[in-house]
Amino acid sequence: MQRIGVFVCHCGTNIAATVDVKRVAETLLKEPGVVHAEDYQYMCSEAGQKLIGDAIKEKQLTGIVVCSCSPRMHENTFRKAAERYGINPYLVEIANIREQCSWIHKDKEEATEKAIILGRAAVAKVMLNAPLQAGTSPVTKRALVIGGGIAGIQTALDIADAGFEVDIVERTPSIGGRMSQLDKTFPTLDCAACILTPKMVEANAHEKITLFTWSEVEKVGGFVGDFKVDIRKKARYVDMDKCTGCGECQAKCPNKKTPNEFNRGLNNRSAIYTPFAQAIPNVPVIDKNACTYLKTGKCGVCAKICKAGAINYEAQDEIITREYGAIVVATGFDTIKLDKFNEYGYNTNKDVITSLELERLMNAAGPTGGHVVRPSNGEDPKTIVFVQCVGSRDTTCRGKTYCSKICCMYTAKQAMLLKDHYPWLDIHVFYIDVRTPGKNFDEFYRRAVEEYDVDYIKGQVGKVSEAENGRLLVQASDLLDNRQIKMEADLVVLATAIEPNEGVRRIASMLTASIDTNDFLTEAHAKLRPVESPTAGIFLSGVCQGPKDIPETVAQAGAAASKVIGLLSKDHLVTNPCTAKCNQVYCNGCSNCEKVCPYGAISYDEQMVIRFGARETTRVATVNTALCQGCGACTVACPSGAMDLQGFSNRQILAEVDAICR
Amino acid sequence: MSMNNSEWKPKIVAFCCNWCSYAGADLAGSSRLAYPADVKIIRVPCSCRVNPMFILRAFQKGADGVILCGCHPGDCHYSTGNYYARRRMTTLFSMLDFLGVEKNRTHVEWVSAAEGVKFSATMNKFIEQVRELGPNVRLEDIRCKQN
Repeated sequence: MQRIGVFVCHCGTNIAATVDVKRVAETLLKEPGVVHAEDYQYMCSEAGQKLIGDAIKEKQLTGIVVCSCSPRMHENTFRKAAERYGINPYLVEIANIREQCSWIHKDKEEATEKAIILGRAAVAKVMLNAPLQAGTSPVTKRALVIGGGIAGIQTALDIADAGFEVDIVERTPSIGGRMSQLDKTFPTLDCAACILTPKMVEANAHEKITLFTWSEVEKVGGFVGDFKVDIRKKARYVDMDKCTGCGECQAKCPNKKTPNEFNRGLNNRSAIYTPFAQAIPNVPVIDKNACTYLKTGKCGVCAKICKAGAINYEAQDEIITREYGAIVVATGFDTIKLDKFNEYGYNTNKDVITSLELERLMNAAGPTGGHVVRPSNGEDPKTIVFVQCVGSRDTTCRGKTYCSKICCMYTAKQAMLLKDHYPWLDIHVFYIDVRTPGKNFDEFYRRAVEEYDVDYIKGQVGKVSEAENGRLLVQASDLLDNRQIKMEADLVVLATAIEPNEGVRRIASMLTASIDTNDFLTEAHAKLRPVESPTAGIFLSGVCQGPKDIPETVAQAGAAASKVIGLLSKDHLVTNPCTAKCNQVYCNGCSNCEKVCPYGAISYDEQMVIRFGARETTRVATVNTALCQGCGACTVACPSGAMDLQGFSNRQILAEVDAICR
Repeated sequence: MSMNNSEWKPKIVAFCCNWCSYAGADLAGSSRLAYPADVKIIRVPCSCRVNPMFILRAFQKGADGVILCGCHPGDCHYSTGNYYARRRMTTLFSMLDFLGVEKNRTHVEWVSAAEGVKFSATMNKFIEQVRELGPNVRLEDIRCKQN
């Protein structure tokens, strides 16, 4: 005979304000099997858990229902409490009467009714719960970091410093990421390269870190503690071991007509190239779509001049399979495409550039050696107009609804640096709001206005067109003075919205990590688990999770690393005991379950079973609980009802259905 | 059934995948995005855990509508579960009319963990759809209602 205890949480007033918790407890006490029901202000508190413990002892409870917040919040808390007070943790069920009741309903009567029904369903289910024992699975003590920007590098360094092996997979020829393209960084004006390159060198030299550049993740299998990942090492056509990085091949390559991705297409690069001078590894790759030899078989200049004999035109892509205990996504961001923003003339006028392009122009290693010129004619600009929020905070469906967070600060930075180099410049910034939350951020912005005399105008730019004299004509509104402005400029810089890097959806799909409508990866809990994906063993670092600046990215990278270290420090992980189970008496050996199992956890063999009192040797299914992840696909595929899912059994779910429809 | 449609409250059972739509419902809750209290959610580990029998049973026991929410195609936590769910439900729904249940009493929707707004909107829309059909009397097992 089951003895169920029901515990109704007030959650302060979160639940109690809209749900009559006393009535819920009183009503549920009348349910068959319920021997105890009480309500308390905070069930999850130490005192609340003790109430549960006391009731377990006094009333010899065999099952517990907690009517509280979402099980995604506190299921574990209450399971642990149950275990501490002597009953199996899987004899606990949660009725979600906060997120799915009190928070969305206003009418107290209606909400109370619903809470009672949800509680009733949980009671009906827990009556059928069976004690389950969690198993263990081993942990592969190596981590994979996808993306070799500052987020990935920092995460890898932190994990490696704790003594664990880390692989970085980076799809471009060098690690360094977006930060390597920047000139200086706010709010201290450190040179990006000066603070980034030592970290790149350290990552390369670290005995625990292996770099896979010019490589992509191809396939991911397995689960937390034991992922199996196929990495495609794209053909580099240059032998990494032989190349000395002298750069002669790049200088002599006759084919220099490919737009330089690293410089955002502001100049061209050779077919054999390293993206930038401080690239790590300092080994070039041959762009097979540009190389004359690879396309026509004629040329071969690089092979002829390479003294090390490192060029290998016959190289092929290579797939290697590695095992990992944890995976960190650090795939970073790109600026959005501006095809839908014709009013700014980005695609028609060379002197309209994005801020990342300006960053390359200002960079001493950039296409102009750090000399900011008009891309159309190479002349020095006299007037520069910055346009903020291009595609950010956009409700017209052309851009992104969110704030890209970094633009206000880098615009202030760029304006100040430009004024430093070219004091005669006339700089105007059109903004919607200036957002500068962050340590020393507002002070920084105020310096741009007060000390550097940058002209900030609250207003929106409606149109950028070419004036008759070859300059740009900017038409805008000044919202504070309520007037229309027309001004000529030599350069217009668009603070373009940022978005997750291309291909992140494919990666998220492979990892079964959830992603939001903007393609940012979703965290397990917005406040309490910000660096973990809801998928166990997957962690998030940097802008792939949401817009952030460099200090925040580095902080998050460290946080992700510490989570990974925590995971890899364990020898064994506790597995989910809610796995499928085959009742071999009913199994007819049809193999339907085996076909739908995504983990290959079901096998068939001849076994002796007792049917209708007679022994019989027959082909039946067995579930490997170490592999089963508990999706339940097999239970529905099974035509004879032999396959069931522990913790979510057919009888349990039907009992819930019945209780709700009663 | 002498019930007046204005006071009649439909019974809606929502099967929600633990990894996406159940979390989406939580997000709808924490964002205070209301939908009628008629919806009661049953948590399942994956949309592929939902046996067509569960849905028939709900109708038999007097549910007026049953909705199944899973991860977007390609985003299944278990890689392929939602594809099985989609196929199974397509088959089931194509037969419902013959069983005496209007097809519009059922629905499948993909709602991610980040789509609280979509969850709430989906529920509001589905309830309207069920309201238009009125109470489910054809397949309700009257004997179950007696006690």
